[in-house]
Amino acid sequence: MSKHPTDEEKRDYWSKSIKLLIVLLLIWFFVSFGCGILFRPWLDDNFPKIGSAPFGFWIAQQGSIISFILILIAYAKIMGRLDKKLEA
Amino acid sequence: MSQNAWNFLFIGLSFAAYIFIAIRSRAGSTKEYYTAGGGVSPITNGMATAADWMSAATFISMAGSLSISGYDGSRFLMGWTGGFVLLTVLMVPFLRKFGKATVPDFVGDRYYSQTARLVAVVCAIFICLTYIMGQMRGVGIVFAQLFGIEIWLGVIIGAAIVFFYAGLGGMKGITYTQVAQYTVMAFAYTLPAIFIAMTLTGNIIPQLGFIGDYQGADGPVPFLEKLNNINTDLGFAKYTDGSLSTIDMFCITAALMCGTAGLPHVIVRFFTVKDVKAVRKSAYWTLSFIAVIYLTAPTVGSFARVNLIENLHDTSYAEAPQWMKDFESTGQLAWIDKNDDGKIQYFGKGKSESKKDDDVFIGKVPAFKGLGDSAERGSHGQRLVENEIVTNNPNELWFGADMMVMASPYMGNTPKWVIGLLMAGCIAAALSTAAGLLLVLSTAVSHDLMKKIIKPELSDKEEIKWARIASFGALVVGCFFAINPPSSFVAKTVAFAFGLAASSFFPTLLMGIFFKRINKHGGISGMICGISFTFLYITYFQFGLPGLGKGTEDQYLFGISPEGIGTIGMLLNFAVAFAVSHFTPPTPKDIRDLVDNIHDPRAALGQADTGPSHH
Repeated sequence: MSKHPTDEEKRDYWSKSIKLLIVLLLIWFFVSFGCGILFRPWLDDNFPKIGSAPFGFWIAQQGSIISFILILIAYAKIMGRLDKKLEA
Repeated sequence: MSQNAWNFLFIGLSFAAYIFIAIRSRAGSTKEYYTAGGGVSPITNGMATAADWMSAATFISMAGSLSISGYDGSRFLMGWTGGFVLLTVLMVPFLRKFGKATVPDFVGDRYYSQTARLVAVVCAIFICLTYIMGQMRGVGIVFAQLFGIEIWLGVIIGAAIVFFYAGLGGMKGITYTQVAQYTVMAFAYTLPAIFIAMTLTGNIIPQLGFIGDYQGADGPVPFLEKLNNINTDLGFAKYTDGSLSTIDMFCITAALMCGTAGLPHVIVRFFTVKDVKAVRKSAYWTLSFIAVIYLTAPTVGSFARVNLIENLHDTSYAEAPQWMKDFESTGQLAWIDKNDDGKIQYFGKGKSESKKDDDVFIGKVPAFKGLGDSAERGSHGQRLVENEIVTNNPNELWFGADMMVMASPYMGNTPKWVIGLLMAGCIAAALSTAAGLLLVLSTAVSHDLMKKIIKPELSDKEEIKWARIASFGALVVGCFFAINPPSSFVAKTVAFAFGLAASSFFPTLLMGIFFKRINKHGGISGMICGISFTFLYITYFQFGLPGLGKGTEDQYLFGISPEGIGTIGMLLNFAVAFAVSHFTPPTPKDIRDLVDNIHDPRAALGQADTGPSHH
């Protein structure tokens, strides 16, 4: 905690966290708005069913929520690693 | 044991637990009052936030609206969970770093203007008020059910309890009580679902039953196919297809998500944990706890729909189950025998002449003739209504979406104690959210408005006095609208709070954090344009505007309903803010430094991360 990172290290940290943020938000958008809404009718017709539920419908009502949790876990883990690098 | 005895037992036990915890963890200092002293563990905070987040609207209304609208209901599921991703990655770590305890504080300092602070306070008060309305309605419904009284009386009783309860302890007391409330809610929501899943699908896990087979008299059939067939037979859209347009669905979901990320009372929750690492951890715990209920809601909704139709459609009123008559007597269900055959018929739009109408009567809710024992009854014993009957379609059954969760255990013949637990869960949901909201609302008035803007020399004692006045005022307004709901069901009323948050706080905070170039002129004009556009649009279509009258559906901008207009308001906010900032002087140096400072992790500055200090 007592060490002061250089400006370059700080810039590197910031650009890496922004990149992570963009990647995670793209996944977030693709799953919810993409699979859950925009491509839902197409996925319902062309993708294998999850049990007896059409694919897009299942993503909208179950799959998206599960993905959101995974996204947040990934965010916590990767940011934690970045933090450690900065502190070390 | 009778049903009432079970209800009172569970509610009594849970209340005793809440009061015990609230007294044990009373706030000892102002910091504990506002942010629980900043030392709550991530899992505890996750549970408390989940309880705070899941309101009576979610608990009572969401499964019902899923049940009625099928796929269309996914907007609530995705909207109210997906917003947490935005909140966690875009907002909380940075606002926390900024180090003030309220959201208007950030807006006021970042946009270096008292006007910005004032606009933010007004937005915060307005959003919380809209939200509280939904809560009070929820409380009213539970008490109506519990004591067999009319909803308005239930609302008044609920408000009295919430007022005394929220006054007990600050954030610390609320946090630990909410942990207990979450536990009650989770059990109350999932247990009935498990019972119903077992009878309907033979599967003990509702989420598997949902995608599994329906165990009918003619052998197993895929459950969702069965539901789709029921729906199309009766003239409704297929359950898995829904009937909202894609653009409307997109906009509503976006408004709910961005609204979630801009709700002041949720952001404040993440100021109660130790450091930014704990914030991230707490965020995924919160969402996981929320998911326990959100993944169950679609199953409850779909099971209830099958049960409701199998139980009531084409059944004579005289032989209809007792629960139907109970819900009729609390005004949540009405049957009008249009063809005078004594049988209940439930049909969708597809069965009407115009294919557009399935209204039973004119008006949002039935106005019954006479109350209690003096209720006027028709030839079959049904309650009569004053509303004008709509005769261009054969649908005879009206029920509020709010009824579904409460009715589903009765429909599924679950044990009586499960219903008692469900009642306790509903009350926990309403209490936990209302308490959190009242705390934020009273801080907005006493701290942000009175102390920071109107009267800076305000003493601590007066600040607390103003906080009390604000909570009382908010409850009175909330009750009024809970008794005269502006929308047909709870989830819809609450959806408006999100539209307003999406068009004001979300873009303003986002630009404040990530774009140094946005100056005070841009920030303020964006916020004002966004929220006024959204507010006027919603008012025009919900209540009508003076001189313009009330809008109709074919006047919707791009076919977007008032629920989704927050998304357009948000885009407008961004556009105005960038345009105005472009033509006005750049942001001063100290503000640019402030933004840079927010971007640095605490470790980079060699500081310990202890969360926002008390203002």
